[in-house]
Amino acid sequence: MSESKPVGDLELENVSVGELDSVSQSIAAGEIVCLSGASGSGKTRLLRAVADLEPHGGDCLLGDIRQSETPAHRWRALVMMIPAESQWWHETVGEHFDAGDAPGEALEALDLPGEATSWSIDRLSSGEKQRLALIRALAREPRALLLDEPTANLDAESIQRVERWLLEIIERRELPTLWVAHDAEQIKRVSNRHLLIRDGRLQES
Amino acid sequence: MSIIDLSWWELALASLLVLALAATSHLARLGMVRSLLVAAARTVIQLALVGLVLELVFELGRLRWIALMSVVMLLVAGREVMSRQKYRLSGGWAFGIGTLSMFISAFSVTILTLIVIIGPDPWYMPQYSIPILGMLLGNTMTGVALGLDRLTEGVRRQRSLIENRLMLGQPWDMAVGEIRRDAVRSGLIPVINAMAAAGIVSLPGMMTGQILAGTPPAIAVKYQILIMFVIAVGTGFGTLAAVSAGARRLFDARERLRLDRLTVASD
Repeated sequence: MSESKPVGDLELENVSVGELDSVSQSIAAGEIVCLSGASGSGKTRLLRAVADLEPHGGDCLLGDIRQSETPAHRWRALVMMIPAESQWWHETVGEHFDAGDAPGEALEALDLPGEATSWSIDRLSSGEKQRLALIRALAREPRALLLDEPTANLDAESIQRVERWLLEIIERRELPTLWVAHDAEQIKRVSNRHLLIRDGRLQES
Repeated sequence: MSIIDLSWWELALASLLVLALAATSHLARLGMVRSLLVAAARTVIQLALVGLVLELVFELGRLRWIALMSVVMLLVAGREVMSRQKYRLSGGWAFGIGTLSMFISAFSVTILTLIVIIGPDPWYMPQYSIPILGMLLGNTMTGVALGLDRLTEGVRRQRSLIENRLMLGQPWDMAVGEIRRDAVRSGLIPVINAMAAAGIVSLPGMMTGQILAGTPPAIAVKYQILIMFVIAVGTGFGTLAAVSAGARRLFDARERLRLDRLTVASD
């Protein structure tokens, strides 16, 4: 996989969506900021706004690339959101990859066999789907990550593997990362900074 | 060949058969006596009114009256397209897209057929223009309604899938590609089936009508072939246009899926 240079920090400028009003944050290249809060507090919606998936106030910047001035699909390819529940539209796993094949080292790192690319979508467990969705997204080489509970469907051992793999990639590719998480232990393990949504406001915790 | 006219009491005789069906369905507790009778009554009233209007338009034979009647037919078809969708684009878009795409396809194909192929004098001669436009509109309407309904239903059901594709950096038209193709296909299937089964499973209505009216079967068959081709073309382009415009409207300038632009039909 070719490793291009990181684009830079991810900045949220007065982003307003739903109950959240005027969120301004700067996430440095390679930094992981965890985001938590009660369900319905707007964590996912904030990620969706940064990915420009729903109308919102304010703007975002990745390095000197401005969300409002970039074609939407180009922005989303750079600032990639990975949803908690992944979706698949072809028959087999491999067809979802541009190369027709998932990178072998990623499969191995997440404890999936090499032939996983030929698996039919129907037979995937929720844990397999979640791991494969992460591999699928990162194979597209985004420059920033918006992770919505990336380990929600995984058992303890898989969680460790996924965390290790993600941390390594985020550090190596210097990806600014916004990571929605519930588990306090996980937040401690992975985050450089922790933001809490409470009463429609974002606060450092 | 002369045509045997039907008198009203002969039609009344036929209506007795409908009443017999109503009585039977009442005994069988099908719960559709009311809708059967209302539909039968509507047939009588609507067709009688259309008959009066047609007599008038045929007598006058003026382009402006034919145009007026065509516009009325188009608007009614537009309303029908809208009412057949469970989830419709709000703010007049459901009506607008349906009507405009039917206008573009049905009208242009009708005019083309009249001028280039049939060639009556004048080209808008009501005996030819009204039935052809009517058949085209009726079929295009079905295609457009099916296509749009399938599109909005599919997009609503597969929202997460479309958005996941957007998240991966796909342009909106790629993210909705399969659903859009599927919608166009479902609009076209009835007319393709009708062409494939024509003459084998059933004798098409127009041909039957012409034969009843005394046209030699060989001529009736040629007209039927022409009409089926024209219907396929009109339905195809109409459905394609409507589904494309509908799909575009479901995404905004920032390529976001906007399900808030759909309203659920209240009826």
